[in-house]
Amino acid sequence: MADNAEILSGLAEIVEEVAGIDAADVSTEKSFVDDLDIDSLSMVEIAVQAEDKFGVKIPDDQLAELKTVGDAVSYIAKNK
Amino acid sequence: MSTPPDVVVTGYGATTPLGGDAVSTWDALLAGKSGVGLTQGEWVGKYDLPVKISAQLAVEPTEILARVQARRMDRCEQVAVVAAREAWAHAGSPEVESERLAVVIGTGIGGAVTLLAQDDLLENDGLRKVSPLTVPMLMPNGPAAMVSLEIGARGGVHAPASACASGAEALAWAWRLLRAGEVDVVVAGGAEACITGITVAGFVQARTLSRRNDEPERASRPFDVGRDGFVLGEGSGIMVLERADFAAARGATVHGKLAGIGLTSDAYHITGPDPEGAGQTRAMAAAVRSAGLEPSDIGHVNCHATSTVVGDVGESVAVRKALGEHPVLTAPKSALGHLVGAAGAVEGLIAMLSVRDGVIPATLNLEDLDPGVSLDVVAGEPRKVELSAAMNNSFGFGGHNASLVFTRP
Repeated sequence: MADNAEILSGLAEIVEEVAGIDAADVSTEKSFVDDLDIDSLSMVEIAVQAEDKFGVKIPDDQLAELKTVGDAVSYIAKNK
Repeated sequence: MSTPPDVVVTGYGATTPLGGDAVSTWDALLAGKSGVGLTQGEWVGKYDLPVKISAQLAVEPTEILARVQARRMDRCEQVAVVAAREAWAHAGSPEVESERLAVVIGTGIGGAVTLLAQDDLLENDGLRKVSPLTVPMLMPNGPAAMVSLEIGARGGVHAPASACASGAEALAWAWRLLRAGEVDVVVAGGAEACITGITVAGFVQARTLSRRNDEPERASRPFDVGRDGFVLGEGSGIMVLERADFAAARGATVHGKLAGIGLTSDAYHITGPDPEGAGQTRAMAAAVRSAGLEPSDIGHVNCHATSTVVGDVGESVAVRKALGEHPVLTAPKSALGHLVGAAGAVEGLIAMLSVRDGVIPATLNLEDLDPGVSLDVVAGEPRKVELSAAMNNSFGFGGHNASLVFTRP
C-alpha cells in the first residue's frame, strides 16, 4: 500500500500532465483552484486519471470537497 | 451620418501546407512549391480510400504551442491560435480597449477530429474516458473563442460557417463591424484541420477530390483540362483589421485596405454552383460597388478555382460577366490545396500581398488551359504587375459566395 508521499508524487504527475503545473509545485497545502489555478474541467480529468492510478472512486460530490492537494491525498489514502 | 471608416490590414499570420507562417507561405507560393503529398496519419492504413493525397501542414502546431495549451484544443483551434498569435504580433500587439476588439474566425467543419476521437472513447471505454473538454474542442466557434482568450477580445466573438467560404466571410463580417463603427480592431480569418477518414470519404463520395495519387504535386490543377477534383488541405489564415483612423493614430504599418465585400447566396443546390453563376456574379459586383470602384479597376482575381471540372469554368464565366475580360487570374489552391474554411482567409491574404508587392503567384500545373476559360491565367512563373485593386473569391457548399476587394493602403 502506497504511503501519502507516494500518493502525493503520483498525484503531482497527473496534475503536471493535465494542467502543466510543475510537479514540484504540487504540495499538500495548495488549493487546486486558488493556488494552482486549475479549472473545473481539468479537475474532472485529474479525478479520472487519479481513479485509474490509485484504484479509487471519486464521486462528483466528493470531488467538490477536495479543495487542497492534501484533501485529495487523504481521500485517496483512506479509500484505496 | 458620417462616412464609414476605411478598413485597413495592419497584421497577418498563417500556417499552411506551404509554411508555418505567412512569410514562408508567400515565399513558397512565389517559388512555385506545392504543399500536396501522400497523406500521413494513423488512420490512413485503416481504410482503403481511393484518395491518398492531401495538403497537410508544413509545421505542426504542437511544435509551437505549449503542451498543455495544445492538449486543450482541437487541431483547428490550434492552427487558429498559431496564426492569430503571429498576426497580432505582426500588427504590433495593438493597444485597444478590450470592449472595442472583436474576433471573427470561421471554419467549415470545426472540431470533427475531436468528435470522432471522443466518440471512439465513449464507444470503447465508456463515459469516464470522455474528455470534459469535448464540447469546447468540437464546437465551430472554438477557434474564434480560443483566439479571443489569447488576445482578450470582449467586443464580440463570431464564427461564420459557410463551408469553403467561411474564411472570406469572416473577413467580410470584420469589414462590416468596422464600417458600422461597432469596434476599432477585429482579428479575423479562417481555420480548418479536418483531414481524416470520414471527411475524405465524404468528399470522395461527393466525387469532388482528385485521385491523382501517383503524382501528388500535380494533382491540384485549376483551369487545366486534366483537372479531376480538389486536394483537401488544412491550415489557418488570420488578419488584424482596423479602422484606418485608429491605425493611423497608433502609427501602425498598413499592408493593404479591405476596400469592399460582397456576400450572396444561390438558393440553387446544396453543393452544385448555379450554372449561370448568377450568385457569384452578384457577389463580385457587390464587392466592387462597396469598394467605390468600377469593374475596370480590378486588375487581378485570386480565384476560388478548386480544380473541379464544373467549378473552375463556372467561376471564369462569372468573372467575365461581373468584371470583363481584363482581370489576370491565379488559383492558389494549385499549391496550397483546398483549406476549406481557411481558404478564403489565406487566399485573401495572398490577394492583398499581390497588390502590395506587385506580383501574382503562378497557378501550378496549368499546362493546357481549359478552352472554356478564355481569360489570362498566370502560369509558369509569377507575374510582376502593378495593381491598384485585386479581388479574392470564395464559394462554399450551401450556395455561399464571398468576394473581397483589396486595394493599396
